[in-house]
Amino acid sequence: MTTSGKNTKKINLNVDVHHLTRVEGHGNIRVRVVDGKVTEARWDIVETPRFFEVMLKGKHYTAAGILTARICGICSIGHCLASVRASEAAFGVTIPEAAAKLRLLAKHGETMQSHFLHLFFLAAPDFLGLTSAIPLKDLNPEVFGIAARLKKLANDICDLVAGRTTHPVSLQVGGVAKMPDRHALLEIRDRLERSVPDLTATVELFKTLEIPEFVRETEFVALKGENDYPFIGGRLVSTDGVERDESEYLAMTNEYVDKNNTSKWAKLSRESLAVGALARLNNNYDFLNDQAKAVAVELGLAPVCHAPLMNNVAQLVECVHVVYDSIRLIDELVDSGNAETMAPVKPKAGRGVGAVEVPRGILYHDYEYGDDGRVVRANCVIPTTQNNANIHYDMHALAEQFACEGMTDERLELLCSMLVRAYDPCISCSVH
Amino acid sequence: MKHLNIEQKRPRIAVFDFTGCEGCELQLANKEETLGAFLDAIEVINYREVSSEKGDNYDVALIDGAITRPDEIERLKAIREKAKVLVAMGSCACFGGVTKLKNAYNLDEANREVYGDCPKETIPTMAVGDVVTVDLKLPGCPVSKDEVERVVQHLVWDLPLPTYAYPVCLQCKQRYTVCRFDMGELCLGPITRAGCNAPCPAGGLGCWGCRGPAENPNYEEFFALAKEKGFSEQEVKDRLAFFGGFEDVL
Ligand code: SF4
Ligand code: SF4
Ligand code: SF4
Repeated sequence: MTTSGKNTKKINLNVDVHHLTRVEGHGNIRVRVVDGKVTEARWDIVETPRFFEVMLKGKHYTAAGILTARICGICSIGHCLASVRASEAAFGVTIPEAAAKLRLLAKHGETMQSHFLHLFFLAAPDFLGLTSAIPLKDLNPEVFGIAARLKKLANDICDLVAGRTTHPVSLQVGGVAKMPDRHALLEIRDRLERSVPDLTATVELFKTLEIPEFVRETEFVALKGENDYPFIGGRLVSTDGVERDESEYLAMTNEYVDKNNTSKWAKLSRESLAVGALARLNNNYDFLNDQAKAVAVELGLAPVCHAPLMNNVAQLVECVHVVYDSIRLIDELVDSGNAETMAPVKPKAGRGVGAVEVPRGILYHDYEYGDDGRVVRANCVIPTTQNNANIHYDMHALAEQFACEGMTDERLELLCSMLVRAYDPCISCSVH
Repeated sequence: MKHLNIEQKRPRIAVFDFTGCEGCELQLANKEETLGAFLDAIEVINYREVSSEKGDNYDVALIDGAITRPDEIERLKAIREKAKVLVAMGSCACFGGVTKLKNAYNLDEANREVYGDCPKETIPTMAVGDVVTVDLKLPGCPVSKDEVERVVQHLVWDLPLPTYAYPVCLQCKQRYTVCRFDMGELCLGPITRAGCNAPCPAGGLGCWGCRGPAENPNYEEFFALAKEKGFSEQEVKDRLAFFGGFEDVL
């Protein structure tokens, strides 16, 4: 990228993207530069709201996870996990150890599935000058094959552990409905080991991609690792030094409604905040396994990194982490034999919060139950909701940085689109 | 795409998303073992979730999601005019899906509760078939990629379209799954249309009926069974309403 830096030449630019492609859901980009000055830079969500919080009211606890999984097709496992965790917190249920491991394994499958989908199918085409990954099938069958194999492995993990890839069935209040077959687990373990060459090739591919240089200081929010890189539950932390309990999530999100958006916005110590792979890594780098750290070093990613487009790289680093961590989990699960995976559940009136790191960032479900085990009140705060304001402010800064001589509408449109895609926004989700 | 060196016709397909979770669209990029062949067999004209290509010259429109805003009605009608074949993909498109659960609540109140003083435009959820003529329905939450592939096979080679008249129980038995009723749980398998290969009972969850009714379901016997097993009318109704496919018996 050579177009960064200030220039005295007055330039006029105009970017209007209606329903940005290769993102989940519907959003618009609008940037105006007049005489070298950014007069407008907007990221607007235009998705149709679905009112999940309202639909949850009166639902039995056994239905809550099934319903909220449908908030998002890509991170349905994460939603289901946050949901059952909130219900368990409300009822005071502690799940068996084997169930916690199975849940993390399912979570890893989803992280891989979503990250690989994003890296190969949604993000990579911009770097390769393509409109989609479909032509790769003929242009570069090798890369297409790698993408397909890695994504299939990820989906098969979810299928085995959660009963299905999209909209899980086995993740239930109390634990996980069944322990997968031992041989099936070992087969997945074997495939995970054999996926290493594909992972290495992916790292090599991403090394060759030129990531536009753009930095804006940001506050990153994530779960706080205590002993491991965190995915399910725990304390909340930000790179500006804020720390809270899981149940105090509202103090981390501070949602407000913007009149142009169906999605709400969020802030903490600054006017906006960011969540996602980069936020997790910035807060928990030390807990990555050695293989993942090596890839981070190789790709030039060190905490705290304030370059939003490096979220792509952070996702790849996380993929490496979860592949090796899944092998560890399977070994432990196989050793535990036929361990119990469900705890007894007795619903009672109360409130519970579940925080889960889904691929696009930290997700909160918060339920209040009546004595009959039916939801009285519910609140869900989605990662993209937390990111939208940050994307918006990034867009302004990016437009300012690149509004100089030689810039064209097309090029700026691509840069803005790449910025938004780097956040891997899940818009249907954020509007739920 | 050539088979035995003969050029095949490739159906020109466009995918359009309305209000839903986009899980159905995601299925199109799944089933990776046949993804290359699937993409070879079709021409992708529009598929916003994974491609920036846009065009109007499609024959087949795959619609996912339900209709919940006035502008969606207009957009859907315009698609209907261009498409030779319009397929409702998934339970949201076929029945309204879980999105339809909101119709049981006061929408103004719902709006106030979620958005405070900035209410968002919303109308009662409709299925795609409530707005335009649908040529083919592929219910399921999510849609089965297998069934989408079979639609493509029908278009290319005239192979028969997928039809499952029988209920989920049949596929469930073929997998040797222990019946959820025997575990003391409710299951809509006896009245729900098969084709999903019964993943829910196998994964430890009774069927929630996402695919809607099988052909001529024996409701009377099912209600009697549910009652005999001790499930309340409310419980059965809650479940029948969940994905919107059983409106006729509610
Ligand atoms: S049918 Fe299910 S998977 Fe498909 S869009 Fe609707 S909620 Fe999502
Ligand atoms: S579990 Fe459900 S689908 Fe399976 S046999 Fe029993 S009733 Fe039928
Ligand atoms: S078992 Fe029932 S709920 Fe599950 S996929 Fe099949 S039809 Fe849908």
